[in-house]
Amino acid sequence: MSHYSYIVFIPLFPLFSFLILGLFGRKYIKIYSGTIGVVSLLISALLSVYTAYQYFFIFGKANGVFQHIIAVKYVWLQFSPGVSIDMGILLDPISVMMIVIVSFISLMVHIFSLGYMRGEERFATYYAFLSLFTFSMLGLVLSSNIFQIYMFWELVGISSFLLIGYFFESPSAVAASKKAFIVTRFADLGFLIGILILAFYSRTLDFGSLIEKFTSVQSPEFIQITSATFLGVSMLTWGLVLVFIGGAGKSAMFPLHIWLPDAMEGPTPVSALIHAATMVVAGVFLVARLFPVFSIDLTALQIVAWVGSFSALFAAVIACTQTDIKRVLAFSTISQIGFMMFSLGVSKYGGENGLGFTGSMFHLFTHAFFKSLLFLGAGAVIHFAHSNEIKDLGGLRKLMPVTHICFLIACLAISGIPPFSGFFSKEDILLAAFHSNKLIYGIALLTSALTAFYMFRLYYSIFWNKKISIHETPHGEATVSMKLPLIILSACTVLAGFAPISSWVTSDGAPLKSHLDISFSALPVLMGATGIFLATYLYKTQNSRPQTIASVLGSLYRGTYKKFYIDEVYLFITKKIIFNGIGRPAAWIDKNIVDGFMNLLANTTAKISALIKGIQSGKVQNYTLYFFGGIVGLALLFIYVFK
Amino acid sequence: MNEISITQILFVSTALFFIGMYGLFTRRNMITMLMAIELILNSVNINFVAFNKYLYPDKLDGVFFAIFVITIAAAEAALAIAIIINLYRSHQSIDVEDANELKY
Amino acid sequence: MNASVIIFYILSAFILASALLAVVSGKIFRSAIFLLFTLIGTAALFFWMGVEFIAAVQIIIYVGGIVVLIIFSIFLTQKSGDEMPKPLRNRSLFSVLALIFGFTFTYRLIYEYGFVQTAHKSFNVKVSEIGAQMLSTKEHGFVLPFEVVSILLLASMIGCIVIAMKIKSPERTDIQ
Repeated sequence: MSHYSYIVFIPLFPLFSFLILGLFGRKYIKIYSGTIGVVSLLISALLSVYTAYQYFFIFGKANGVFQHIIAVKYVWLQFSPGVSIDMGILLDPISVMMIVIVSFISLMVHIFSLGYMRGEERFATYYAFLSLFTFSMLGLVLSSNIFQIYMFWELVGISSFLLIGYFFESPSAVAASKKAFIVTRFADLGFLIGILILAFYSRTLDFGSLIEKFTSVQSPEFIQITSATFLGVSMLTWGLVLVFIGGAGKSAMFPLHIWLPDAMEGPTPVSALIHAATMVVAGVFLVARLFPVFSIDLTALQIVAWVGSFSALFAAVIACTQTDIKRVLAFSTISQIGFMMFSLGVSKYGGENGLGFTGSMFHLFTHAFFKSLLFLGAGAVIHFAHSNEIKDLGGLRKLMPVTHICFLIACLAISGIPPFSGFFSKEDILLAAFHSNKLIYGIALLTSALTAFYMFRLYYSIFWNKKISIHETPHGEATVSMKLPLIILSACTVLAGFAPISSWVTSDGAPLKSHLDISFSALPVLMGATGIFLATYLYKTQNSRPQTIASVLGSLYRGTYKKFYIDEVYLFITKKIIFNGIGRPAAWIDKNIVDGFMNLLANTTAKISALIKGIQSGKVQNYTLYFFGGIVGLALLFIYVFK
Repeated sequence: MNEISITQILFVSTALFFIGMYGLFTRRNMITMLMAIELILNSVNINFVAFNKYLYPDKLDGVFFAIFVITIAAAEAALAIAIIINLYRSHQSIDVEDANELKY
Repeated sequence: MNASVIIFYILSAFILASALLAVVSGKIFRSAIFLLFTLIGTAALFFWMGVEFIAAVQIIIYVGGIVVLIIFSIFLTQKSGDEMPKPLRNRSLFSVLALIFGFTFTYRLIYEYGFVQTAHKSFNVKVSEIGAQMLSTKEHGFVLPFEVVSILLLASMIGCIVIAMKIKSPERTDIQ
């Protein structure tokens, strides 16, 4: 097994980079910090690609099925024989796919940031945080047991918090980072309890043995966990649903999605890396990792499917009305992750029935490319025009030709227009939904039409529509370091759809056949085209049609614009109900009862000491008198009492 | 009652001891407190010699202890007077009631 | 009642009376003189008990050394003839009560113990014996305590010098 051990270096290079930049970056090697980050990520990315090549073509397959390989295993905490927390590396199709995505997108973002963040005061700190994030995310996807994944999960959370709050001078960034941290922490509580439930019943933390125990119906652990119930629901369902809550928090599923739009306060490349391509799909990854267990429990799977599909539609509707380009992209991210989630939810385990799983992973793969491309494109636009409000933008296609083309490619991909990558992955998802649940299929179709509409609304608003006057363009369209990632990612977006993911990443490891069916694809493509057409009609040139529609829709439009008042509901619950109902009584008890008791103790002690301090008079002869009294007392005691 | 018994000698030494204690408790002048301590040491010396003479006449241990006590008493008196002189320098007084900084 | 007994009673009375006066006298110089008498009385008691060497040491060290030292320090710190401050009444009361109690308690123990006197062996202490045993390294030899005490005396001598030394206020050594 030792010939896999080089895989350890994939996460370790970013860690080294983080340590070096974090410790020495600000003072000594500030100008080189970008280079250090990029080089370490480049090595990681090359190693990841090499690993993927090795895994998918050389050693991964045995008897036509991709194996789960424990590449590295190191016992970290030994509790008792048989129960230990290990640190290990697990190689299977999804983790190999994920390390390629994470290291590659991270590399792109590192390169992009060289131009985007140039001249920042805390340039080295920014790269240190990026490296920390990359390390944690790589560690997360390679984790071989559920406890290890939890640790990296939290590390990912903290680096996301640090990067959202990177511009800590701005109060909104601070609020956004706090919001993200609190919401995801809240969800992680569910995750932790879920872990504890699963680990308690399976008596293992290791993914391999956990899945093995819970998927064989005869195993004593399975019988125990399904027979134990709480509130009429089996403990297996509880554990899985709680784990899913953790995943939903990270992946911004409804109703825990509120942090993601605000997270756009961070630097735009960070949004591309963390809040679009990698971290937010951690929830999808988690469900996929435990998918064999989820597929046993239909209740949990149904929850996954409905939460996913509702989030997809809900976020797509909101995205149509937002005016901040990054927020549009954020809601589109929520919507796309919803696609991945419900695709997992409608899937079953093994063979042709596992199409939803494959579709979900395929969509994760393609989405990473086109969504990071969209964000980086938006970053280039913001860098150029110094605004991220739609009303300040327009007619940029002549000024930013490269960005324009790249952005168009990404929009076509996300709208599911062939032959761009989004078409293929969405196709698998829709097919899986069609075979499983017609209602979800309907929602998905509607959502893909909406997706096409809001993406092209964004596209036209930025690059067509009205002409804006750009005051000064000191740096041209963008630096080379910013254009290069855009071009590379565009190429990937075009080509990623042809990657044979379906023969690599499947629920049971056995390859699937491709399902391209012209008659089936016609409808989704038509929906996408309708959306694009509508957007063209409304937004290509400056006109009053959008306002007319908005005023016709009236309160519905306003409600959507306000994101259906979800944030306000949260504020109402926290500020009005929790603060008044729980916080104030708790504060009263703390002030009056707890503090009062302590004050009583302190005051009593002070009074007693004031009473008896006269004994310590500083007069030698009093002391000798006490001393004599003591001696006499002791003498009496030992002579007459303890003879 | 032709002979003096040890009990009678011990009466003298005990009385001397408690007189010394009285001086130690009530005298406010440090020199007189030192004198009281000398009285106490003397009563101890009487005890040592008396025990030696009446209980163990074939040994000399009591005598030796008396000698050592006298020696140490001399050293102690010299030290005590050094301390008193120093106190007098800093407080302009050798009244122990005035030297009560170490309180509370 | 022979002469020895009478002498003992007179000596005892003399010792206790002068000791009492030494601790109650209002003038410090008188108090020192009464202490002197007490010490001489004790020396006489040692003579009476037949330990002439101790008696001699007592006179030399106490009378010749310590009392002189005390008187010397009185001259240094006190104006002679001054009345000493009266003892605090409360404290004297408590002291007297405590001491009377202590005395009766102790003496009762002594009285009831019933010492067994080893029948009137003669108790002659030759100085040569004391000297030989003092420096003997064999069993019952006192050479080790002797050395310890001599070290102690040296240490206390140094200590006296250090304590009583006048501490000069640190002078500034201006650097030119």
